[in-house]
Amino acid sequence: MHLHHTDPALTDIIPPTAPRPGGRSGPLRIGLGGPVGAGKTATVAALCRRLRDTLSIAVVTNDIYTREDAEALLRQAVLPPERITAVETGACPHTAIRDDISANLEAVEDLQERIGDLDLVLIESGGDNLTATFSKGLIDHQIFLIDVAGGDDIPRKGGPGVTTADLLVINKTDLAPHVGADLSAMERDARAARGSLPVVLTCLKDQHGIEPVADWVCRRLADLTAARS
Amino acid sequence: MSSVSLLILGDGRFPSGGHAHSGGAEAAIAAGRVHDTATLEDFCRGRLATTGLVAASLAAAAATGYDPLLLDAAADARTPSPALRRVARKLGRQLMRAVRTTWPDPELDRLAAALPAGAHQPIVMGLAARAAGLTPHDAARAAAYDSVSGPVTAAIRLLGLDPFEATAVTARLTGDMENVAGEAAGHAARLPADGVDALPAASAPLLDITAEQHAAWPVRLFAS
Ligand SMILES: Nc1nc2c(ncn2[C@@H]2O[C@H](COP(=O)(O)OP(=O)(O)O)[C@@H](O)[C@H]2O)c(=O)[nH]1
Ligand SMILES: [Mg+2]
Repeated sequence: MHLHHTDPALTDIIPPTAPRPGGRSGPLRIGLGGPVGAGKTATVAALCRRLRDTLSIAVVTNDIYTREDAEALLRQAVLPPERITAVETGACPHTAIRDDISANLEAVEDLQERIGDLDLVLIESGGDNLTATFSKGLIDHQIFLIDVAGGDDIPRKGGPGVTTADLLVINKTDLAPHVGADLSAMERDARAARGSLPVVLTCLKDQHGIEPVADWVCRRLADLTAARS
Repeated sequence: MSSVSLLILGDGRFPSGGHAHSGGAEAAIAAGRVHDTATLEDFCRGRLATTGLVAASLAAAAATGYDPLLLDAAADARTPSPALRRVARKLGRQLMRAVRTTWPDPELDRLAAALPAGAHQPIVMGLAARAAGLTPHDAARAAAYDSVSGPVTAAIRLLGLDPFEATAVTARLTGDMENVAGEAAGHAARLPADGVDALPAASAPLLDITAEQHAAWPVRLFAS
């Protein structure tokens, strides 16, 4: 089993980037959604560490009731503090990323103003249920994260996050033996639910565990650059 | 002019960032002052009669076409709490973003350019009403309703109140909201003669104090 790697054939079946809504300019915006504890903050932190030397990155967090995620990122010093903004969501994390994106848009615009030359903005949603998805008015692409310990039936249960996100990440593959999860069944169910949309399995505890996600993000950036030139 | 525009503007689902704000309800609930529908109703009546009246008057004033920059300074002067001034501007900026797409209008563009960090929310609401072809009186209705619906929605989430009972609170305040809107429209009508001194300066000191405290809480569900 090649648990921690992107299937090489995957590159070919990743659909082309949809045109940006309203021909938006500015940095590429990627939303990260998924249940609490799936590894969204860990993914954001790992992406920042992996890409910050080559890209100008900022992060918006949407904690449900604290600044915990923003503070975790600050503590780990993955980015300078002026590149991290926390948005408050009034007990409704999915509203803030889908139905009423005002506060998140404002956070992105403030970051653009403050930093200037951003390439990439990562927006982490507050952990929510399997139906939470991002508005196209806020992001260009969305990544949905689930984890192995959350139950190996989640890919089969589906829901908009699992079935329609631009990238599905099944994280914490290292925990599979401990929780009796069947990784190949998870991957198979996920692929069945998603048609041609990509699925990657990750273990962020591994030193290079973020690579499949980082690759995917870099390809989306390359698509955007190509579309603009 | 269409009453439907007023429904759109007043709709709690209008995407202008209000859902993350409790209008002081989170602090009042934490202090035990609001704990059921009866105490929620008292809270809303008090808020409506004070900051609600000021907001409704500012909205009506902006909807008359009066200089929004003068109104914005008047709003600052009527909002003693720095935390609430920040919130009002933040919400004003978010509302501005939503209404410039909903009802495009050069007056909105001019105000957005003049105050990029946001004008006080009731002023943007008044200009939005104007852009939507509504009257100053309707703008005041929208602001009065907004001052009640925010705390009610927040209390439903924070206290797990029966949503029907909570909505009945809003309905029972209909007469109060109409009265406030009428009074606000009256104040706005005197602007040409009296300038911004025509606008009321009612305040709710406890809301100001608890807003400052709430802004410093490390853990909270609502932004204000
Ligand atoms: N074993 C294991 N733990 C992980 C992995 N990725 C993240 N975690 C841990 O899972 C917990 C929740 O992660 P976090 O990123 O905060 O989840 P979020 O709520 O989705 O943001 C943290 O303790 C992480 O260290 C992984 O691949 N394997
Ligand atoms: Mg997190």
